Amino acid sequence: MAGIKSIGVYIPVYRLALEEIGRMWRVRGPVGEKAVAGYDEDTVTMAVAAARECKAGLPGQIDALYFATTTAPYREKQHAALAASVLDLDRGAYTADITCSLRGGTTALRAALDAVKAGSARECIVVAADCRMGAPRGRLEQLLGDGAGALVVGSRECVADIEESCSTYSEFTDVWRTDADPFLRSGEGRFIEEAGYMPTMVDAVSSMMKRSGAAASDFARVVFYAPDQRQHAALAEKLGFAPGQVQDPLFSAIGNTGAPAVLIMLAAALEEARPGERILLAGYGDGADVFTLRATDRIEKTRRHPLLKERLGRKSNIDYGTYLSWRGLVPFEASGLPERPQPSLASRWRERKFISALYGVRCTACGTPQMHAIGQNIRVCIACQAKDAFEPYSFADKRGTLFTYAVDHLQPTRNPPGLNGVVDFEDGGRMLCELTDYDLSRVRIGMPVEMTFRRFSDGKGPVNYFWKARPIVE
Amino acid sequence: MESMKDKVAIVGMGCTRFGERWDAGVEDLLVEAAYEAFEDAGIGPKDVQAAWLGTVFSGITAITLSPLGLQYIPMTRVENMCATGSEALRAASYAVAAGACDIALAIGVEKLKDSGLTGVKGPAIVGDNPDGTSGVASGFSAPASFAYLGTRYFHRYGLAPDYGKRLLAEIAVKNHYNGSLNPRAHFRNRLTVEQAVGAPIIAWPLGLYDCCGVSDGAAAAIVVRAGMAKDFRSDPVYVKALAVTAGARQGCMRQDYDYVHIEENVRASRAAYEQAGIRDPRKELSLAEVHDCFTCHELVLYEDLGFSPRGKAGEDIEAGAFSLTGELPVNTDGGLKCFGHPLGATGLRMMYEVYKQLQGKAGPRQVKDPRLGLVHNLGGNPGMGIASCVILGNE
Repeated sequence: MAGIKSIGVYIPVYRLALEEIGRMWRVRGPVGEKAVAGYDEDTVTMAVAAARECKAGLPGQIDALYFATTTAPYREKQHAALAASVLDLDRGAYTADITCSLRGGTTALRAALDAVKAGSARECIVVAADCRMGAPRGRLEQLLGDGAGALVVGSRECVADIEESCSTYSEFTDVWRTDADPFLRSGEGRFIEEAGYMPTMVDAVSSMMKRSGAAASDFARVVFYAPDQRQHAALAEKLGFAPGQVQDPLFSAIGNTGAPAVLIMLAAALEEARPGERILLAGYGDGADVFTLRATDRIEKTRRHPLLKERLGRKSNIDYGTYLSWRGLVPFEASGLPERPQPSLASRWRERKFISALYGVRCTACGTPQMHAIGQNIRVCIACQAKDAFEPYSFADKRGTLFTYAVDHLQPTRNPPGLNGVVDFEDGGRMLCELTDYDLSRVRIGMPVEMTFRRFSDGKGPVNYFWKARPIVE
Repeated sequence: MESMKDKVAIVGMGCTRFGERWDAGVEDLLVEAAYEAFEDAGIGPKDVQAAWLGTVFSGITAITLSPLGLQYIPMTRVENMCATGSEALRAASYAVAAGACDIALAIGVEKLKDSGLTGVKGPAIVGDNPDGTSGVASGFSAPASFAYLGTRYFHRYGLAPDYGKRLLAEIAVKNHYNGSLNPRAHFRNRLTVEQAVGAPIIAWPLGLYDCCGVSDGAAAAIVVRAGMAKDFRSDPVYVKALAVTAGARQGCMRQDYDYVHIEENVRASRAAYEQAGIRDPRKELSLAEVHDCFTCHELVLYEDLGFSPRGKAGEDIEAGAFSLTGELPVNTDGGLKCFGHPLGATGLRMMYEVYKQLQGKAGPRQVKDPRLGLVHNLGGNPGMGIASCVILGNE
């Protein structure tokens, strides 16, 4: 029996209150907040953060990674491979992008399940992330939020078994984007609900009930996608689920997060589930994917890491102007700094382990961990001058302490002033780096930090990703 | 290894007005500085037998010297970040000392203001490849990388932030006062501590007046073997020491670097003092020109160069020890802060001030009975730098 071994969730710390949007456009909006990916975040960075979490502490080998999103940064270049390199997966891992559908998260889950059941993979990471934008002054702007969810799918030591799965497809246009659309486009609300969403979901879930011989009351928790709160409640009622069974869709806390929505809700459900409970999971988009799960005795161990509660609790509100700035919706006066050339592809390739997985080296002669100040390959030990006597050493999961720092008003950043400093890692090694997700009033020498993968300056060429230090909030 | 002491002498120097020289291209600055040096040495361009050009951003090759019309002589462009000007003198000195030529020109120039940028052209981002193509492209500014020093210094020696900021302001005020007495300086306004402390923050604790400006300028020196010096003038200035120390970015990569000193500064100065036979720099130096790209660097330099004990520079600042009338005047011409910092020219500009001081020609800035002067530069940042120390004397 294949199932879920672990979960990971990433919600950005930033929130834009819907009231703030309403104030900007002089309309009355719904109550609540939406999660907004920060100025140095995108689909890939959020996905990586969620995936690192679900992978943490698992001793096994990950054989595959499925990456689902409707808002891929690249039109051509595989995001799953990028994520796999950040997670430092063995290069024999199978990587695949599943894009362009809201259903991508569950489609990826189905693919991973099938791979495990067929024996072509022992453990797979399924990760979904989205960073969708609604046009300013529109309904979608208020509705959409950013986030990521990830699962490890395997066949041994699962916290929840996946018992049944079935899918339907539907050539129904409710939301869409073409190359010409920077913002999500949508058909009319009632048309979507009455001709698309409700019939598709009712049909898919009913099929699953029939197939598995289950009744609505058999499920302790029900996790399903809906375009908004109203339709979510309407479907639950139509299918005969009581409010106590329905997993909170989190619309008013983080917004509609798109492809990862059901994975995030599933993470919350698994954090609360008891052994033996059955869970129904349904993803929607161009059809539906439905699964039935059963929590195992091992489910208790997810409660030791209340990820979602922690993520939802750690937040920082931004204003509308900041949102416009971070989303690149406002053209700015050119900065006074020199324009940077396109990063060298060859240089980035040589430095790939450093850039992707924050690899330095440890000297085998004197044992000193070290990272090069500008990412060069280290050939001569900085401590003992031994040549070419190194083993690979990753700093990605090492905690650090801020040795000294500067609040930097000249640092190029979409969130001035910048903060950068010197990080000393536990077990050795030092790095000069930028910081992120900081509260300037709390920065001090000796502050504990962890490393996080972020999107750097925009500009020419491929997206420039690298690592920053982030204060650990205990 | 032999000491360079008393092997080489400077017999002529020139220095342009530094600043936003919209009126002058690289060619004009070179001609201004070189011809003042020729006249000062009593020579003409035909007498120059070899030339070293120091510039970081304003010319890739020595062909940049073509405006001087020097006819088919050996010429080389040298670079050592902010120690480039000193490097030009160093290279010229070794050449005449070795007898490869008799009369050499060392000239440094930088024309930064043509870029149209408020900041320094080139990698504004610390930690980048020089051509800006590193895959990493982390962004933090030069002021920030020196601010690390200030913040850690205050923390290590228990200085309250406000008190530390005032100490830095005192340094800025001192340099502005000295600059006000110098017609060649970029900035000649006097400053109060309140103005310095209250100025906009660039990278805490550094504010507007804690950071040196971006300037255009050039400076030049004519060097000969010491034995020949008196053929040119009765008051030559002798090179007592030439020292350069380059790190390997150890401070950025090893946890044992404390960010309250700069190892390259310490080693370069010790090497220079040894060459010159100086045991107590605080007493034996008559003046010092040090690399005050940022005030917190000057603070740390007082200790790195052996003027103040570790952690005690603040006391000496408060006592006025390094002011124009103090025990050891530092940056009598206004320093990088006020004279300006055209990278390739700075080392030579510092030597110009020491040279004039040693000859008693510093006017209102003159220190009493000068004998020995130190010229210090640091290229790079704390943790990854190249330090240069040159000592000049008039006996």
